[in-house]
Amino acid sequence: MTSPLPLSLPATQEQLACLRAGQSLLLSGTVYTARDAAHLHLRAMHRAGVHPCVDLHGAALYYCGPCPAPEGRPIGSCGPTTAGRMDETTPDILKMGVRVLIGKGPRAPYVAQALRSFGAVYLAAPGGAGALLASCVVSSRLAAFDPLGTEALWQLELKDFPAIVAIDTAGGDIYTAGPQQARRMMEEASPCNLTK
Amino acid sequence: MRTLYTQQIEQAAYQLYRHASVHLGQDVLDALACARASECMPAAQGALDTALENARIAGQTGLPLCQDTGLAVVFVDLGQGVHIEGGLMTNAIQSGIARATREGCLRASVRDPITGQNTRTNTPVPIHIRLVEGESLRMVVAPKGAGSENKGRLAMLEPAAGLAGVRKFAVETVRLAGGSPCPPIVVGLGIGGNMETCALLAKRALLRTLGTPNPDGALDELEKAVLKEINALGIGAQGLGGMTTALAVHALSAPTHIACLPVAVAIQCHVSRHAEVTL
Repeated sequence: MTSPLPLSLPATQEQLACLRAGQSLLLSGTVYTARDAAHLHLRAMHRAGVHPCVDLHGAALYYCGPCPAPEGRPIGSCGPTTAGRMDETTPDILKMGVRVLIGKGPRAPYVAQALRSFGAVYLAAPGGAGALLASCVVSSRLAAFDPLGTEALWQLELKDFPAIVAIDTAGGDIYTAGPQQARRMMEEASPCNLTK
Repeated sequence: MRTLYTQQIEQAAYQLYRHASVHLGQDVLDALACARASECMPAAQGALDTALENARIAGQTGLPLCQDTGLAVVFVDLGQGVHIEGGLMTNAIQSGIARATREGCLRASVRDPITGQNTRTNTPVPIHIRLVEGESLRMVVAPKGAGSENKGRLAMLEPAAGLAGVRKFAVETVRLAGGSPCPPIVVGLGIGGNMETCALLAKRALLRTLGTPNPDGALDELEKAVLKEINALGIGAQGLGGMTTALAVHALSAPTHIACLPVAVAIQCHVSRHAEVTL
């Protein structure tokens, strides 16, 4: 596997357009956490024409509800949650200016289409690796929706946070291409597969 | 007759939930290492390395393995010769889970489905109690994250569907789940009983130590056949494409009505957590 590409967030449209599905990244910079409840709040604000209290223009959203931070640490365990639950609200979120989505698991075809039309990308962070990912977060700060607790909007500063480009701006999708390739390898009974 | 005090039970629930949130069993670590050794897709290799590295970091730092510290499912085998003093056993368990959440920096993930209000304590948790012979109490705490829980399914098949129908439903459930439930997964298969007991069988099946055969020969054969079909899907670790979509399939069965063939499929993510103690 090629060595991971460093990417600073927020990234420019040009930088995002160069990313290709399957590429490994190390993310640094600012992301906002948002999961189910925060998405509904953001969408309601968008539809009511109310500006959110954070600047989402070009921003990266991380589908994550972190554990409380133990004393002396910036954050608790903080891996990605299943992205598919955010599919329905995603077109509105993109209209609000968000250009990078970070989560885990496949997305609906209409999300891939929306990403393409906005020049946005979906990145996959490793699921079930919250302790490891916590070591890639430098600081966290409550940014909005305080009463939501873990579901609030937290501003995180990342440093070398591992992710893979899952859906790129050209419609490439690792969740489709990866399993297809694996099935091909199994069918061709590669030497590696004979041992299974 | 032996007396157990609710303080002991509260402490057991507390310790088991905290322990299971941070430490994976050796059987799971071995299964992940084995999947890594036989993987040929680079992205899946990376995902499996990350899972193993995460377990090491969690153990070292005391941070939970996953931010979704789950809904803690509690299984109790209560010896009929045990007398409990100090209040209700179930209250003691709920109290231990709430204290572990508070003191262990676990995420509060339990909410009222109608009001949306988070209980902030991770309680109430489901407690499955079985009366057994003897004078001891065995407790298992199995925190279950929602990413995998959401992908479980149950079907009331007709008897004519047979074991072929059971296999088809199990494989289809995993195919539909795709990369969402954090594969490589463990699949719990409940066959028979009725609607509610079938689901419980699937959940109990997940508790079996990985790498151990099913003591029932027919179920063992079924497990192997379903596992082979599941891994042929190519979903792989984290859904990125790979040779191991499931680490294992574990099945349990119970007699059912002549007109029924219930089947439940419980999906467990690669952070297959559970801890147990006997008091």
